[in-house]
Amino acid sequence: MGDIISLSAQEEKTNSERKLRVLVAKPGLDGHDRGARVIARAYRDAGFEVVYTGVHQTPEQIVTAALQEDVDLIGLSCLSGAHMTLFKRVVELLKERKAEDIPVIGGGIIPKDDIPELKEAGIREIFLPGTSLASIVDWTRASVRPRDWVEERA
Amino acid sequence: MFTEETLRQARKGKERWQKEVDKAIAQKLERQERFSTVSDLEIKRIYTPEDIKDLNFEEDIGYPGFFPFTRGCQPTMYRGREWTFRMFSGLGSAEDTNQRWHLLLKEGETGLSTAFDFPTLMGYDSDSPRAVGECGKCGVAIDTLRDFEILADKIPLDEVTTSMTINPPASILWAMYLVVAEKMGISWDRVGGTIQNDMLKEFIAQKTLMLPPEPSVRLISDTIEFGTRYVPMWNTVSISGYHIREAGSTAVQELAFTLADGIAYVQEVIERKKLGVDSFAPRLSFFFNSHLDFFEEIAKFRAARRMWAKIMRDRFKAKDPRSWWMRFHTQTAGCSLTAQQPYNNIVRTATEALAAVLGGTQSLHSNSLDETLALPSEFAVTIALRTQQILADEIGVTNTIDPLAGSYFVESLTNQMEEEAWEYIHKIDGMGGMLAAIDKGFPQMEIANAAYHYQRQIDEGEKIMVGANKYVVEEEAPTEILRIDERVEQEQIARLKGVKRARDNHRVLQSLSDLRAASKTDKNLMPYILEAVKEYATEQEICDVWRNIFGEYRDPGFY
Repeated sequence: MGDIISLSAQEEKTNSERKLRVLVAKPGLDGHDRGARVIARAYRDAGFEVVYTGVHQTPEQIVTAALQEDVDLIGLSCLSGAHMTLFKRVVELLKERKAEDIPVIGGGIIPKDDIPELKEAGIREIFLPGTSLASIVDWTRASVRPRDWVEERA
Repeated sequence: MFTEETLRQARKGKERWQKEVDKAIAQKLERQERFSTVSDLEIKRIYTPEDIKDLNFEEDIGYPGFFPFTRGCQPTMYRGREWTFRMFSGLGSAEDTNQRWHLLLKEGETGLSTAFDFPTLMGYDSDSPRAVGECGKCGVAIDTLRDFEILADKIPLDEVTTSMTINPPASILWAMYLVVAEKMGISWDRVGGTIQNDMLKEFIAQKTLMLPPEPSVRLISDTIEFGTRYVPMWNTVSISGYHIREAGSTAVQELAFTLADGIAYVQEVIERKKLGVDSFAPRLSFFFNSHLDFFEEIAKFRAARRMWAKIMRDRFKAKDPRSWWMRFHTQTAGCSLTAQQPYNNIVRTATEALAAVLGGTQSLHSNSLDETLALPSEFAVTIALRTQQILADEIGVTNTIDPLAGSYFVESLTNQMEEEAWEYIHKIDGMGGMLAAIDKGFPQMEIANAAYHYQRQIDEGEKIMVGANKYVVEEEAPTEILRIDERVEQEQIARLKGVKRARDNHRVLQSLSDLRAASKTDKNLMPYILEAVKEYATEQEICDVWRNIFGEYRDPGFY
């Protein structure tokens, strides 16, 4: 384990320089993946490292993938109407696995009225249809910091 | 098409005009450097006889009801019969959807179309852990024949045709429909309708996935064979470009990949079932998207019919003219609608529906204004249906057939769509056909590239979406939307439990074990599926038989 303080100090430096790692995920049975794939590509073009899960992931699979891949952000996309159940479940599972500091954002067909409740539940931001790729990338750059994965493991 | 003299004069006139254009541009540039369709196909300033000089009226345009069907499938088209007003609908429980169907029929809808919820689409029962939160959300929940009996209650299945948007478990839902018809005393030769049953476009675009491609295509050929023998008025596959387009393809890609899928199915049925092409080809049906670019869409529909006629006659040597015709359903483009200022969507849908009509569609779904927010409310779906009725009855476009034929622009664009689509089809043939192309991720990546390109154009303001990237307003009037009560899930699970208690479980197990045994052979599985359905086996129980034998397909996640 050695000197945790110096390791984390060193890590902080590399962290601020390293690329953001983003998990783009499609929870539930919804197959509408156009938005998710376009966002994944935009993040990649913005210089982030992107992991895209493909469609039909359970919240458990998504959280496991996020932890395995050491990601700094989870982006969820749902167009089936099941977002209230699925988005909240992802946040709950992150809490259970002590990784609630990984921010979760969402997009898809989500009624505006649902947004306050989703934010209350811990979803950081919701992007509705019509949002530009650039504004999502800008938000991400401004709001998400590389997570200190090494310190946590130490 | 034209005499040398006409062409000579046209060229001379064009030179004079070009000089005027140059002068005008020298004074003031045009609004854009380049004008292009929604699919980014470049469009010229003007089209003249020169652009269609090689067109042969008899061979390339001709008459409706005759090869190559450019102008439509039937000799009288909408003068004989309007297209079918077929609103895609399904919500909540079987009771909720049955009620919506009766409302739509009362308001003048002429065909039914079923939207199922995601668990039903994917072969999971409502009590599956995979189904949590999804029950009834995106369509109606169907677990057993019991639900289907409620869904079809007091619907005259011998008078109205029903389309079912269902893919991996299509054979099961079709079996439910046939059993319900039988119970109503309606013989199978009197029921008509369509199951989508097109798995290739699922791997490419829509992603309701279950089994790997090979067993998926086997199930489809079983339904085609069964329909050919016993349910002659049923369209057992609806080869769909709609979802390819919604996933972000261009119009040409939609056209090409749909036709390539059609080629793959025809090939499969001929090889696997040893059926003559003319025995089943007349019942193949198609399903296209109608997007915003008015002329591009019309050209696409006309090119599609002409290409399919050539494919069937020349490639598959079909002899029956009904094997050559392409009948298709159209849905306006969901992806063209905006969540912002949703009432504008009425106008978008109206022009898209008009393009479908001018393109000669056989049936039409027009999207509701609230499509980007939720499932349609009664208010919104009624306006969408009225939109079709206005097109049919008020604006005069049904008076004559294929009114845009002969337009320099439309004919030239039709040719261009066809040429570019052939290029794709040849490329796919070169890869060894659509199954091999899907395996390589070819159509998936082509679509991903086009979707990203389009999104970038929207972001840059090169393409306009009114209300989203131009004429944006801050505060918007709220739109009343439909919400599915969470109780639907509990009630559906309770009903499923009740059915499981009431049925003869011994007979259910026997029917499933018979299905399992038959699935391991080359036998047609429809009779076994019908037996299991009659015993009230659940959709998932049947699908699990196949998942256990054939394994599950996982989305490789191309982007």
